[in-house]
Amino acid sequence: MLDLFAHSIPAGCSPLAAARSLALGAPSLAHLSPLDIAVIAIYFVMVIWIGFYLKSKANTSEEFFMAGREMTAWIAGLSFVSANLGSLELMGWAGSAYQYGILAAHWYWIGAIPAMLFLGMVMMPFYYVCKTHSVPGYLKLRYGQGSSTVAAVSFAFMTVLMSGVNMFAMAEVMKIVLGWDLNFSIIVSSLAVAAYVALGGLRSAIFNEVLQFVLIWGGALLVPILGLIETGGWGGFKARLAHNIATGAVPAGDYTHMWRSMGHFADNPMGIHWTGIVFGLGFAISFGYWTTDFLVVQRVLAANSLRSARLAPVIGSFFKMAVPFIVILPGLLGLVVLTNADGSLMHLVGENVVAANPGAGLHSYNEVLPLMMVRYLGPGLLGLGITALIAGFMSGMAGNVSAFTAIFTYDIYQPHIVKHARDEHYVLVGRIVTIVGVVISIGAAYMVMNAAGIMDYVQALFSFFISPLLGVVLLGMFWKRATKAGGFWGLLIGTLTSIGLWAWVYFYPPALRYVALSPDAKGMAENMYRALWSVSTAVGVNVIVSLFTKPKPLSELTSVVYGVTPLPTEEPVPLYKNEWFWTAIAIVIFFALNIYFW
Amino acid sequence: MHSSGIPIWFFIGVLLTAYGALVLGYGIYELGTGTMAVQNYHASVWWGATLLLVGLFYLIRFRPSRTS
Repeated sequence: MLDLFAHSIPAGCSPLAAARSLALGAPSLAHLSPLDIAVIAIYFVMVIWIGFYLKSKANTSEEFFMAGREMTAWIAGLSFVSANLGSLELMGWAGSAYQYGILAAHWYWIGAIPAMLFLGMVMMPFYYVCKTHSVPGYLKLRYGQGSSTVAAVSFAFMTVLMSGVNMFAMAEVMKIVLGWDLNFSIIVSSLAVAAYVALGGLRSAIFNEVLQFVLIWGGALLVPILGLIETGGWGGFKARLAHNIATGAVPAGDYTHMWRSMGHFADNPMGIHWTGIVFGLGFAISFGYWTTDFLVVQRVLAANSLRSARLAPVIGSFFKMAVPFIVILPGLLGLVVLTNADGSLMHLVGENVVAANPGAGLHSYNEVLPLMMVRYLGPGLLGLGITALIAGFMSGMAGNVSAFTAIFTYDIYQPHIVKHARDEHYVLVGRIVTIVGVVISIGAAYMVMNAAGIMDYVQALFSFFISPLLGVVLLGMFWKRATKAGGFWGLLIGTLTSIGLWAWVYFYPPALRYVALSPDAKGMAENMYRALWSVSTAVGVNVIVSLFTKPKPLSELTSVVYGVTPLPTEEPVPLYKNEWFWTAIAIVIFFALNIYFW
Repeated sequence: MHSSGIPIWFFIGVLLTAYGALVLGYGIYELGTGTMAVQNYHASVWWGATLLLVGLFYLIRFRPSRTS
């Protein structure tokens, strides 16, 4: 999934900008050997095999849309974290690390871990016990059909658009990295995704996400390992970086600390402040994404028990904390190991500089990860690295398409078009909608191809809905007094607030100082504070409207609201299987990492 | 997942075993011809072997006859 966090990445370093900037580079970065081609071909054979194998296990709607709710904690957890491990994110954040240093790791640690643990330990029981099929489904149970339909329509629309953007971005990256034809990449990838999701449903998408997760680690882990060997470990890297900064080869800055420069907007190159990181990124954005975006929540809802559903995000959090090792570290290592053909240190630049100097052989920040792969990976291993990127793109598409299919069928088609049909009917609709979703995605991919600027608006659009949704879901889950009208107006006005603030800054850039509360703030700070304002507005409006409207009787809130939901008693398990134990371990590691890199 | 036939871990085992064999095979060939790039540190050999071993473990541990 390349969508949600991308709106918080600086304009020059967003994942989508990664695709665009790669398209500006002239010759292809890598040349594949027959061995590399074989590695890629094996991957495609494997995903189609999985799709056909799982077809027989997707006969009922519960099997097709919810993977039969049979996923173990490990599978749901890896799929949960993998749904957010898109290739463009990997490249975009590696580029950010090259440009801004380890500050980029905030998006993997405080921008994910607290929210993932909160989902598992606090919110999951309500999602799981009410047996909802989706987040809009939860809204329907809690607030009624109106809020649910608004959330479902906006999510379905944005999800299928994002799938198209992902498809186009993949085609463009493959064109530049490997010289592949755009149409070839789009057709092959969409056929493969359509085949395995339409055949196997969510189970197939989840299987492929787990496969992608393994491939990403198998293909990309070698890059930082070899980089650290070459530089003499973390200490050696820091010494070489300090030397490069002292000689002016690398721009001055603190590349290896995360919090020291957060005291003021002007003290760091991102133009952000610790309050924006903690409350904007760490709460409004990350809680919105990890706890209410159906694309990721769907993976956990497919777990085989409440304990598995709670444990899945906790397992995912450990891997999420490790992702900077294969994303941020290669970006940092690029500052000291990437060299030109003549042996001089390579200087990556912004995409605008690359565009202004065509034919100069310049590379943009976002190319750092492919460049590092080309540097360290020989035949076979390079194919593995490229396969990891392809797998990331394809599972991103599959994740969007499977979420779109479930939302459309359960939250739009069933309540508004055909209310009472046989189960087989909805499965057939699901398969057809999968194909339709892929076709719309292809259309969106070609639309973006002809108007690349649309991509940025798609990113912004997605961000409009997530934070207000968080405010409405949280209040609905933990405040019995919240009413149907409160939820609807909170969601609507929170969304309009987000759109209004975005438009204000878009058409009048100096307004950023008011939105982000500082004249020194930069674009990324705007995203954080805009999310904070919109979630605050959604909560505030929900509270005020609820206090003036009639609440639902408590009997109708059973299983959806804290305090009136009897949680099932779970069998006692040994400590090493206990979700609270692993949550505590995750919290300790989270704090240790932040303190070590303070 | 074991109740639903072939577990995902078996598929992962197949994939890693195939990749490990290919990469290790090439690494051994490369050692023989001496064409290995300096900064690779013979990665094809030890990374290929690692993938192969992990793949074989999953392949055997989660083979369908055992898990069913």
